Amino acid sequence: MTTTTDINADSYVTADGRTIGPVVMDMKNITLRFGGVVAIKDISFDIREGEIRAIIGPNGAGKSSMLNVISGFYKPQEGEVWFRGEKRPPMKPYQVARQGLARTFQNIALFDGMTVLDNIMTGRLNHMKANLLQQAIWKGKAEREEIANREICEKVIDFLEIQHIRKTPVGRLPYGLKKRVELARALAAQPSLLLLDEPMAGMNVEEKEDMSRFILDMNDEFGTTIALIEHDMGVVMDLSDRVVVMDYGKKIGDGTPDEVRNNQDVIDAYLGVAHD
Amino acid sequence: MPEQLLFAMEVTLNGLMAGVLYALVALGFVLIFKASGIFNYAQGVMALFAALTLVGIQQGQVPFAHLINAVFGTEVHHFPWQVPSLIAIVLAAGVMILFAWIVEKYVLQHLIGQPDIILFMATIGLAYFMEGFGDIMWGSDIKKLDVGLPQGMNATIDQVTFDWFGYGFFIDNLDIVAAIVASLLVAALTIFSQYSKQGRALRAVADDHSAALSVGISLRFIWVLVWSIAGFVALVAGIMWGAKSGVQFSLSLIALKALPVLMLGGFTSIPGAIVGGLIIGVGEQLFEFTIGPMIGGATQNWFAYVLALIFLIFRPQGLFGEKIIERV
Repeated sequence: MTTTTDINADSYVTADGRTIGPVVMDMKNITLRFGGVVAIKDISFDIREGEIRAIIGPNGAGKSSMLNVISGFYKPQEGEVWFRGEKRPPMKPYQVARQGLARTFQNIALFDGMTVLDNIMTGRLNHMKANLLQQAIWKGKAEREEIANREICEKVIDFLEIQHIRKTPVGRLPYGLKKRVELARALAAQPSLLLLDEPMAGMNVEEKEDMSRFILDMNDEFGTTIALIEHDMGVVMDLSDRVVVMDYGKKIGDGTPDEVRNNQDVIDAYLGVAHD
Repeated sequence: MPEQLLFAMEVTLNGLMAGVLYALVALGFVLIFKASGIFNYAQGVMALFAALTLVGIQQGQVPFAHLINAVFGTEVHHFPWQVPSLIAIVLAAGVMILFAWIVEKYVLQHLIGQPDIILFMATIGLAYFMEGFGDIMWGSDIKKLDVGLPQGMNATIDQVTFDWFGYGFFIDNLDIVAAIVASLLVAALTIFSQYSKQGRALRAVADDHSAALSVGISLRFIWVLVWSIAGFVALVAGIMWGAKSGVQFSLSLIALKALPVLMLGGFTSIPGAIVGGLIIGVGEQLFEFTIGPMIGGATQNWFAYVLALIFLIFRPQGLFGEKIIERV
């Protein structure tokens, strides 16, 4: 493996010493329509292993739609999704999840009736292989599996600093903690790609800082590849390695935070442009 | 011991037994409600359909015999064989699983993400469809269900209690079998939903569809699974009630008996269904025994509902139901 700082190489090492690998997810000419409304228009971009990739844009730009295409909740009318060098056939969301994609939702989708721990354990469902009979007997494989999975969940709980609410039903938690539990559930799946839909929406400054720290640490410690959506420009620029900018369903910029910041189209989209 | 007290004890015991039978029906409701938030109106009819199918298979009836005879002018009614009870039960369970699969594919699949009330309406439609379909398939005459369960007074209990108190208790053998079967069923289902991987997935689906999909749970699989289990529970309830009072249309009305049980025990709790069933069973019998004679009897028709109503005021989520958490 060559170590270089050329971001177009197969792999390179970032300024802070993280290794960015080859392309994991490649979106090719994606077009998504709802009836006559074009939500995404012919967009291509890729996500590389180990990087933090941001998708930004003003409200209604089609960011969440894009995330839903990646995670299989929406099926694009045109375009191809390539995952790990293979073209992905049309898939149901649960099949995509089984391939190693985990996600969070803009409006938090948790299992309100279950405890925090149980919620996070659902993230491990796809890693459990014991059959019903083994589970019924509850010895050997099923027991070992449960213990191993429980350990991983406990690590995630420690990591996200939510030990004190492990046994609390999720429905009782305040918003900021719910966001964190949702992140924990996604992280527990040990995904090869983690999709975060507005992880900082509706948070105060302190919570935003916490969340930023978690995202950076996740990427740094576990090497998790992360794609996130935000419309808070400031946060995104500090976090991400590369940024895609969308506006009205079109891609108007793609590159490092610095490149994007100086892109005239991006500035126009965010600040408005004078019409003469 | 005074005669009155002994009699009350006997009534209580019989009430417990009857309660188990109510609980069996309530159990099917709880399962589907837990997994999909749907109140399955068709549960009672499912019990009827399962019992009809069991009797039909057992007696070697030709399905759709009336229809076939009417269309082709033939005279077929029975195959030249009878199927042993155990095999017939397995086959009937198979039919219920097939039914679950069909319901998922042709009804639920198309209603994903719809409000609960729409799904509820769909189950009403399903109930009427199954009722008619069962009639066409197996005929509408009253059938006797006999899978070899012991029936009649349990002589041992009668003898023992007579030796102890000088008063023999009348306990039906069938009720004892029902109680044992129900306990086993509840134990198995509770363990399944609390400790197995599928059980956790099932609870996840009940809470949030999108979230469940995002962690890799197949909604289809879970729904087929839970409707299959509910179908199996319906079969068990159908066997017990069918053996008691024959297989006929009124069997589907046992669903109405399950309603107060659910209100009492909570719509989401498996043990709740059992405890609710027992309370209603005993309450009903004792009320009829003590107060009934003063107000002209026949209190069993309404007692359960009044009890459930009173309960609703004080504990709307039921005894064991999940507490309704709402942040404002």
